[in-house]
Amino acid sequence: MSEQKLPVIETESGGAQPPPVQVEASSVRLISTLAVAGALAGMAIVMVFQWAKPRIDKHNAEVLAAAVTDVLGGAQRYETVFLDGDHFTTEPQSDTAGLDRVYVGYDANGQPRGVAMEAGEPGFQDVIDLLFGFDPATGDVIGMKVLNSNETPGLGAKITYDSTFIGEFNGVGTPLQGVKKDRAKGGHDEVVMITGATISSRAVIKIINDRLDAIEQPVDSYWSTLAPAAATSAAAKSGGSVTNAASGGGL
Amino acid sequence: MSRRTTPQEDFIRGIWKENPVLVQLLGLCPTLAVTGTVDNALTMGIATFFVLLGSSVLVATFKSVIPKEVRISAYILVIATFVTIADNVLHAVVPEIHKSLGPFVPLIVVNCIILGRQEAFASKNTVGRATLDAIGTGFGFIITMMIMGSMRELLGNGTWLGYPLFGAHFEPWVIMVLPPGGFFTLGFILLGIAWWKGRTAVPVRPRRWPHGVTTEVGGSTS
Amino acid sequence: MKELFWIFISASLVSNFTLALFLGLCPFLGVSGKVATAVRMGMANIFVLVITSLTVSALNTWVLPHAPYLQLISFIVVIASLVQIVEMAIKKLSPTLFRELGIFLPLITTNCAILGLALFQTNRGYGFMEGLVFALGGGVGLTLALVLMASIRETVELADVPSVARNMGLVLILAGSLSLAFMGFAGLFSS
Repeated sequence: MSEQKLPVIETESGGAQPPPVQVEASSVRLISTLAVAGALAGMAIVMVFQWAKPRIDKHNAEVLAAAVTDVLGGAQRYETVFLDGDHFTTEPQSDTAGLDRVYVGYDANGQPRGVAMEAGEPGFQDVIDLLFGFDPATGDVIGMKVLNSNETPGLGAKITYDSTFIGEFNGVGTPLQGVKKDRAKGGHDEVVMITGATISSRAVIKIINDRLDAIEQPVDSYWSTLAPAAATSAAAKSGGSVTNAASGGGL
Repeated sequence: MSRRTTPQEDFIRGIWKENPVLVQLLGLCPTLAVTGTVDNALTMGIATFFVLLGSSVLVATFKSVIPKEVRISAYILVIATFVTIADNVLHAVVPEIHKSLGPFVPLIVVNCIILGRQEAFASKNTVGRATLDAIGTGFGFIITMMIMGSMRELLGNGTWLGYPLFGAHFEPWVIMVLPPGGFFTLGFILLGIAWWKGRTAVPVRPRRWPHGVTTEVGGSTS
Repeated sequence: MKELFWIFISASLVSNFTLALFLGLCPFLGVSGKVATAVRMGMANIFVLVITSLTVSALNTWVLPHAPYLQLISFIVVIASLVQIVEMAIKKLSPTLFRELGIFLPLITTNCAILGLALFQTNRGYGFMEGLVFALGGGVGLTLALVLMASIRETVELADVPSVARNMGLVLILAGSLSLAFMGFAGLFSS
């Protein structure tokens, strides 16, 4: 039975090899079997990968665009800017893969709306990754969305869906101050934390404050280059750049 | 191929009598890790089913051309290929679930159920029987995943596949969707099975006390 | 530095490899009958995890950026071969060490903790140092879980347990209790 099937695969691995006469497999045979199997496996994987890759990329872009729109109070489109050395630029000199980046959102009139940035630090259970919108003009945080977290379901996980808590980040002065519900005095920089999820809430606040501490200066100086008058042309000019992505056709 | 198993037996065996998880205790890692919700459990079950079926068919088809010295490497190569395909397809089709499954989809490669079936069955039997066996074992796995997922999501979140079933007054047992809940759920299922088997298989049984060979517990401490 | 310390604590205690991420369950449930065996198994695991982490860092730096679709296959093939080579080298160079740890090595290669480490390290974007610390933390966590489990089981061996519970069911419930206890480490790093 094995003799019948052998030639089928042998022809694929090249005819230079003599037909195996003994049952004991030669090392050439072992290697060629694995090589043929490896080649076929590689082909199958590459085909599926090529089918899946554009879909995955598209989905990731959509998710990011939706999140940016979310935290920037309805920005129409956004532009990715990279931190190259100590300043932000849309066209960095070095490879973009390892660079820190933020997303500048523009509204329907082409006016810059704010800057969205990702940040992550350990929370109660694991790292919390979030995206928040920052308006350099006023120095306020204008929105927050948790992208990834592994907090306790029903308790810490509320930071991802508790609309009151998320609403707290809509226009709040920096640095943020976390306060408990009964201690809230209504200050501009106060964020009322979730009862029962104090540690996770505090982690979110700390993540945003730390990130702003580290990055606010270059963001501000980049923002000043986008002064309202120049912003329209800047937005128009970079319209075709590769780093751009439309925010999914409005709201 | 002279064993007396019928096609029905090939199929049905994996579902209950030799259930890969509940009886053979294989593939515990995904069974515990991703059964926090029903949709994760079901997706994982289907992905594993696909990989198992594909690998079994392929291994059974080419069993005679794979030299036995490199068979394990060849099986792993086949399995890894199917897993990569499953991973990519899930990522493209159900990105949200793929994200919550995380690295546990690629970890299907080291699921002992799959390699075990290749070595124990697919490499020794015809394509037809290997297919039936893979479908049976795969269903056995899916069913177990669904049982685990249903119990954990119902108790831990009060929902089934996202639909609330218990009304607003239900206080979820959060622990059930956390890691300890996985251990507890499977532990109690296995205890239940042991009790059921003991009850039906041995109706009257001399009372052995203390159990087994451990005699004189108190005396051994001196 | 603080970051690295957090990774270590997270992998060993807060998100313990075995008790929270369910990696390395086979040795945890299968081998954990005796404390002495558990310690050696744990050491062997730490060893292989560190090798794996180094390999994965190298692959992630030089190979996978060019061929991302080969991730899974290359992890498996390279890790399995490397562990085998190291096993042979130890056998040759230090028979004592081989007697202590070597017999566990083939078992470990196909263990999900190893591939799990490779995948988690890649998914979280850990670099060389972070990966190394992650591997050490994971290995220590695994060893801790193994030793704790083994000591519980040594005690339970002598206890008067109902016959129905003299199987994996009881072990899993014990594991659940351990996992529950380890949840107490959560929040260790929050102010």
